[in-house]
Amino acid sequence: MNKTPLIALNDVSFGYGKKAVIEQVSLTIHRGEIITLIGPNGAGKSTLLKLVMGLLKPYTGTIGRHPALKLGYMPQKLHIDASFPLAVKRFLTLGQPSSGLDEFWLKKTGVDKLLDADLRSLSGGQLQRAMLCRAIFRKPDLLVLDEPLQGVDVQGQAYLYQLLKTVRDQLNCAILLVSHDLHLVMAQTDQVICLNHHVCCSGTPQRVKDHPEYQKLFGIQDDIFAIYTHHHQICDHHSHD
Amino acid sequence: MIELLLPILFTGMALALTSAQLGVFVVWQKQSYFGATLAHTALLGVALGLLLNYNWQWLVILVALLTGWAVHTLLQRTQLSADTLLGMLAHATLAIALILLTYVPVQFDLNSFLFGDILSVTPADAALTSGLLLLVSLFMLRNWRALLNLTLNPELAFAEGVSVKQVQLSFILLLSLVIAISIKVVGVLLITSLLILPPAAARHFSRTPEQMLAGSLMIALLSVQGGLWLSWQLDWPTGPAIVAMATIFFLLALPFKR
Repeated sequence: MNKTPLIALNDVSFGYGKKAVIEQVSLTIHRGEIITLIGPNGAGKSTLLKLVMGLLKPYTGTIGRHPALKLGYMPQKLHIDASFPLAVKRFLTLGQPSSGLDEFWLKKTGVDKLLDADLRSLSGGQLQRAMLCRAIFRKPDLLVLDEPLQGVDVQGQAYLYQLLKTVRDQLNCAILLVSHDLHLVMAQTDQVICLNHHVCCSGTPQRVKDHPEYQKLFGIQDDIFAIYTHHHQICDHHSHD
Repeated sequence: MIELLLPILFTGMALALTSAQLGVFVVWQKQSYFGATLAHTALLGVALGLLLNYNWQWLVILVALLTGWAVHTLLQRTQLSADTLLGMLAHATLAIALILLTYVPVQFDLNSFLFGDILSVTPADAALTSGLLLLVSLFMLRNWRALLNLTLNPELAFAEGVSVKQVQLSFILLLSLVIAISIKVVGVLLITSLLILPPAAARHFSRTPEQMLAGSLMIALLSVQGGLWLSWQLDWPTGPAIVAMATIFFLLALPFKR
C-alpha cells in the first residue's frame, strides 16, 4: 500500500467567537489508512471534520491537501423537506453523474433493492446506506463519515465495519470516521484519535485504550473498548449482564 | 386596448415563470420566511424613494438586494438562527419605513403597494421582467444539479465540489430581485404565496424534482393569467386575484396526493 499523504493538518486551531473549539491539532492522513476520531459530545469532532474537508478555514495553523484530492462524504443526515421528490437512483447519480451505478457496491450496501424507492420513504439505516453508496460511487481518495454508526444495530455495525474495510482495500482510499460510540472502534483502525478540543492521545486502538488521558476522559472500564479484539473476554466478564 | 393589455400579460407571465423556478427551491429549502422578510423591507425602499423624490421601484430593488446580501452574510457570522434573524430584519426595516413615511409630504396610495396594481405596469416593466426571466433561467440551467445537492445537504454539496457560498448568494440575490420586481403586480402582502403556492400544488403529482418544476411553471402561469383576467374584468385587486387562482389550483391538486 503506497503511503502518500493526502492531507496534513499542522497545529490547527479554530473557534466560534472567543470559544476555542479546536486547539493545536496536528494530523496527517495517508492513502489506505483508516482513522477513527473519538471524543465526548462537544469535543469538536464535527468541527475537525469540517476543517479537514475545507468547509472551515483554520484561525491559525495550516492545512495541506493533495492537489487532486477527491472527497467522499457521508453526513449524519440530509435535510430533505417532505415536498422534495427524489428517487434513490437519482440521489446516487446526483453525486457523480458521469459514472454508472456499479452493481458490486449496490449489492454490498444493499441499496440495489431500494433504487426506485423515494428518499423520503427510507428508514434511518437505509438512508445511511444510500448516503454511503453515493460517497463510494465517487471513488474518493478520502472517505469522511460523520457518525456512521448512529441508529445502526450491532449486527449492522459489524457489517458496516466489514464493508468499510472492503472499500478501503478496493479503492485504496483513506477513511476518516467519527464515532462517539466508544464501545465499538473498528478493529482495522490504524489510528484512533481521542479528541477533546486538543488531541488527548492517539495511536493504535490498544495504545489509546491504555492511555491515562483516555481513561481520565471517559472514565470507563478498559475492557469495553474495542470489543472486536476482545470478543471472548467480553463474553466471560459480562455473562451476568 | 391591446397595447395596454399586452405589457401586463407579458409581465405577469414572465413573473410567473421566474417565481416558479425559484419557488420550488424556496419550498424545498424551507425559505418562505425569507420572502416575507424581503417584502417587508420593500416598504423601506418605497419610503426612501418618496423622501428622495426618486423612482421608488429602483430603491425597492436596491434595498432588497442589500437585505439579501445582509442575510447571507449575517447568517454565516452570527449564532442567530435564520428564523430569528429574518424576523428581526423584517420588523426593524418595517418600523423604520413607517417612521420615514411620516416625513413624506405627498399622499402615498398604500393599497396598490400592498395588493399590487396592474394598471401601474408599463412596457418598461415587461422588458425588465423578461430580462429577469432570462437571467433566472440561465442560472437554473447552469446550477440545477448544484442546487439540488445543496438542498439535500450543503456540506455534502461542498465536499463534492459545489461552490456553495457562491451559488447560495446568487440564489438569494436573484430571489431578492424577483420579489422587489413583482411587488408592482402582486403587492407586498401576497408575494410569498406566488413563490410557494404553485410548487405546493405541483408536489402532489410529482415524482421527480423536474416534474415538480414543470408543474409549478404551469400552475404559476395559469394562476397569473387567470388572476390578471379576473382583476381586469371584475376590477379586483391584482395580487389577491392571482393568489386566489393559485389557491384554487392547490385545492384541485389535493386529491392527487401521493
